[in-house]
Amino acid sequence: MRAYNGLTMKLPSLFGGTRGLEAQIDLYFDKVQEAGLVFGRAMEIYLNRGVSGEFEELVRRVTAVEEEADDLRREIETQMTTHTLIPELREDVLSLIEQVDEVTNHYEAAVYSFYVQKPQIDEAYRDDFAELARMAQQTAEEMVTAARAFFRDLSAVRDHVKKVQFYESEADRITTRVGRQIYESTMDLARKMHLSSFLERLDSIADTAEDIGDKLSILTIKRMV
Amino acid sequence: MNPGIFTYLSSGLFLGWSLGANDAANIFGTAVGTRMVRFATAALIASIFVILGAVISGAGASHTLGKLGAINTQPGAFMAALAAALSVYLMTERGLPVSTSQAIVGGIIGWNIFMGQPTDPGIVSKFAFAWVASPVMAGIMSAVLFALARVLLRRVKIHLLRLDHYTRWGLILVGAFGAYSLGANNIANVMGVFLNVSPFRDLQLGPVTLSSAQQLFLLGGMAIAVGIYTYSERVMMTVGQDIVRLTPVAALVVVLAQSLVLFLFASQSLAAWLAAHHLPHLPLVPVSSSQAVVGAVIGLGLITPGERIRWDIVRNISIGWLLTPTVAALISVVGMFVLQNVFNLPVRP
Repeated sequence: MRAYNGLTMKLPSLFGGTRGLEAQIDLYFDKVQEAGLVFGRAMEIYLNRGVSGEFEELVRRVTAVEEEADDLRREIETQMTTHTLIPELREDVLSLIEQVDEVTNHYEAAVYSFYVQKPQIDEAYRDDFAELARMAQQTAEEMVTAARAFFRDLSAVRDHVKKVQFYESEADRITTRVGRQIYESTMDLARKMHLSSFLERLDSIADTAEDIGDKLSILTIKRMV
Repeated sequence: MNPGIFTYLSSGLFLGWSLGANDAANIFGTAVGTRMVRFATAALIASIFVILGAVISGAGASHTLGKLGAINTQPGAFMAALAAALSVYLMTERGLPVSTSQAIVGGIIGWNIFMGQPTDPGIVSKFAFAWVASPVMAGIMSAVLFALARVLLRRVKIHLLRLDHYTRWGLILVGAFGAYSLGANNIANVMGVFLNVSPFRDLQLGPVTLSSAQQLFLLGGMAIAVGIYTYSERVMMTVGQDIVRLTPVAALVVVLAQSLVLFLFASQSLAAWLAAHHLPHLPLVPVSSSQAVVGAVIGLGLITPGERIRWDIVRNISIGWLLTPTVAALISVVGMFVLQNVFNLPVRP
């Protein structure tokens, strides 16, 4: 039995408010953040030591956290549809949660592709890959903070979305710079394409987080009192 | 009781139906149109509270209407209400802003003209003041309430889900209050002209006595409820989807401001309390809930950066203040003449 099952039992009643659902949404964002932290650590280990026992363990953990987040998401979706909420907000929250779920999917897909394909990253590019992975994770981390603020403090969303945009453009900048360096190098084309596909995979985490940031900006304007 | 009385009451009942069909949307329109509250819930609450408001607090505004011109024949009362209903219909058909409150005043002034008796300018000025003051007050109230809500919500930082949960319940509770105020203030439009020719006698129901006027108001309230059930859903859907998109909290503030204004212009006990404390009090006069809503939305706009007052709407309302009573008065005079001289009905006492 998972740790959050105790909370799922607390169905929000007519007069009981929405506390159970609020706690579940918080817990869901905890899981997304946890997946990001595990992803960051896994990338660090891979870039330093390649596929090792420790890396494999972290890959398993990302998968486990992603599954837990999925279960929570489904539970939230079920509760949202039965809850006495204003339909427009319900639809907005459901689509937000769905979109955030893509970020955890990206984390999982990224570590798995490193685990399966074991790309050879030369010493010259390791720091850049590490920096890109950090920027991607930071973009997603800031997006989660913005999403939490959407529920509790609408006036703070804008500040966090600004940071999301900043980190995402940094990630883009690294991806472009390193991509050019790779294609200008003497590596054979297959390896160039292989490596740049990993750059794009890491960058897609930041891109997805930025899309969610944009969505949060619109949702916030709609709800701003 | 002569069953023929219901023929005479029919014009008032039709006005009641029309009021329920249109004005319930001022209270529950946004909530139902945006699916925050189900129509079945809204219709039940609105019907119950409109009837309660009419029966319990309907006397104040009706009394003032009676002072404008005491119609004391059944055909006269019938024609005054019919003139109001016809002018509402005609102006609505032409897309002109119209209010039952203003139409019924025209109907009564028509009676005064027909009878050759003067209309008390003091009473007319009370109505004029109330019509102008009601949207202005609704605007001020909604601006103040919204500013307070904004400060409070930014300070308390309540979870969005919980805020929506509370807002939904708030819309139901404020909707109930709004329906009560609508019944209390606007029943005068529906049944006010029939007060002097009421066919009912006081009725003792256990510890409760229902006066003749209250029985009339009950009947009028039921007509409003029929209007709510039969026609208001489509009006609510239109209101919810067509007008400015309001946030749920803003929608709640608009309904509350409008309800408070209607209540202030209807509550005898509040007026008595203010008078007892030598405070200025408002005349108890039927006012337009639609115009109060417009005032409340404009009030919200004033404290929202970048919003401007739509003067065309304000101008249209002002035209309605003059045009509606004039049209109704004309129809009323002509109608009474026709009833007397063509149908040989005893319009004069």
